[in-house]
Amino acid sequence: MTGVGVLFRRELSLAWGKGGGPLLALAFYAAVATLLPLAVGAEPERLKAVSTGSAWLALALASLLSLERLFERDYEDGALDLLALGATGLETICFIKCLAQWLANGAPLALAAPIAAIALGADPDLTPAIIVTALLGGLGFAFTGGVGAALSLGSRRGGVLIAVIVLPLFAPPVIFGAGALEAFASGLDGRTGLSFLAAYSLAAVALGPFAMAAACKNALS
Amino acid sequence: MIGALNIEDLSLARGDRLLFEHLAATVSAGEAVALTGANGAGKTSLLRCVAGFIRPLAGRVTFGGADADEARSAGLHFLGHQDGLKGARTARDELAFQVRWTGGDEASLGEVIETLGLEALLGLEVRKLSAGQRRRLALARLIASPRSLWLLDEPMAPLDAARREMFGALMADHVRRGGLILAAVHDPLPIKARTLEIAG
Amino acid sequence: MIQLLANPQRFMDFSRWAAPILAAAAAILLAAAFWLGFSVPEDYQQGDTVRLLFLHPQLATVGMFAYACLAGSAFFGLVFRHSLADAAARAAAPIGAGFTFLALLTGSLWGRPMWGDWWVWDGRLTSYLILFLVYLAYMALLAAIDDEAKAARASNILALVGVINLPIIKFSVDWWNTLHQTASISLTGESGLAPVYLAPFFLSMIGFLMLFGSLWMVRTRAEVWRRKAGALAVQLAGKA
Repeated sequence: MTGVGVLFRRELSLAWGKGGGPLLALAFYAAVATLLPLAVGAEPERLKAVSTGSAWLALALASLLSLERLFERDYEDGALDLLALGATGLETICFIKCLAQWLANGAPLALAAPIAAIALGADPDLTPAIIVTALLGGLGFAFTGGVGAALSLGSRRGGVLIAVIVLPLFAPPVIFGAGALEAFASGLDGRTGLSFLAAYSLAAVALGPFAMAAACKNALS
Repeated sequence: MIGALNIEDLSLARGDRLLFEHLAATVSAGEAVALTGANGAGKTSLLRCVAGFIRPLAGRVTFGGADADEARSAGLHFLGHQDGLKGARTARDELAFQVRWTGGDEASLGEVIETLGLEALLGLEVRKLSAGQRRRLALARLIASPRSLWLLDEPMAPLDAARREMFGALMADHVRRGGLILAAVHDPLPIKARTLEIAG
Repeated sequence: MIQLLANPQRFMDFSRWAAPILAAAAAILLAAAFWLGFSVPEDYQQGDTVRLLFLHPQLATVGMFAYACLAGSAFFGLVFRHSLADAAARAAAPIGAGFTFLALLTGSLWGRPMWGDWWVWDGRLTSYLILFLVYLAYMALLAAIDDEAKAARASNILALVGVINLPIIKFSVDWWNTLHQTASISLTGESGLAPVYLAPFFLSMIGFLMLFGSLWMVRTRAEVWRRKAGALAVQLAGKA
């Protein structure tokens, strides 16, 4: 197996954490989705109106959770040093890490998203649309979040700092995803929002690793 | 294959603090050099600079027989204070990964495991190992993946006397086969080595 | 220009006289703008609120221009590793954030008489708000990393990531607005910018831009001194 292949398997195994990784994200997601009707009021009409949007927002927040572990642990225990001295470029390494992050944490969240949305009153027919949107959005969240995680390496504040850096950058995928879901919910064409979301996520996938690699090199210096 | 390590007129700073200036040294094939100096003098920074992590203020580092990028990605081993092992994974998996990642051959692992006495540890998770056991696990990649230059930062600190002797033998072996060693140490190396002192 | 930027000593010499002159020019222009601004007739639609036309768009423009300056400095800092560029980027941030905050405040003041609300989630204001958040993120990252050189480098990367993202954010917010058809604060009414408003509008714009330039130079000088003082302190401590 090539270097990239072994790294991917290892990163996937670490991100999955014997189920602990996605479990944490899902638990957080469930908690937020539970608090929402308590905060907003449980009247079905009102809740239904915000169901897709809130499920989407909670998804974005849940994606933030595992970001701190993405680079910081490797930086602290010397694994990042070892990775940087391999034959594979740092950009590729960052790409692999975020990809593994998306598969191990983002995909389970995407599967849980329709459950949250339906619990908040959304139409069950929306399930395929919600899953597709959440998968695409999760990709964008993972790679954009990765940039924030890499930039925060060596800082004193960790998780909260990552959130402060990354949340403004999450605005486009949050808007596009929520817009697409709302359109689907109202029976309109949500494909515009979906294409914008896909464009953002693919741009994040293509460009993010470069920013992450630069940030890692800076932290290692 | 790195033939030599040339440190030319090197000046390094950390933040606003100048560590040292105009450092010049050469490590040739088949040679071991012990890096000495007070704490904070810049031994770790020098090793990290050679490894390519830190940019020097002035001067440069060159490798005989290879350009800098080639040398850093395939020609040297860097073993810092930390082992680079992930606690949640088993020793076997981490060993296999480290050897694979540094371009080594997994087939030769059996011999390395025997030499370093790692058989009993393999099935355990890394977080269950002691500091000495982890260090021995990290050392395995040095032996299993042949790379000419070894940059070591206090490599034997967590090891007991018997294990230090064993590692000394491995270092001597490496040097005898034409390898180069640059090691930052507080105590003398268990093999014949020149001393390079970092003073402010 | 580049040679000027590249040499810290030359920048310090240049800014010692340039900053006060810019400030003086700004003061004159702004005074003229405000005098004109208060003496022009009120808009038949907006009443006296129209006088915010000589404050809000200018503050907002400077807020965005400041970010462009920040990003430009960040780029030079990253590519050429000039400490002066790092100092300039670090200096621009709080000024830009301040202007953006004031733009949000004046935008809110404008919205109140028009829509009865202290805040409207219209496309422009929402985008400014996110710009403000990006400034805060930049400053937070700078403050959170202990090693100054590393902090500067990381923040510079963030600034460039922000520059790429800001047009996307603006686009997404505008798109969201078309979906939700939120009320939008119209600056100029249906008739566009009346000729009598042009003079104070532009005087104010140029005045505020000059004010930014002056403040930026002063803050950059302060940053250069701060770094020098810090380096000296470390050196002295080393000898102690």
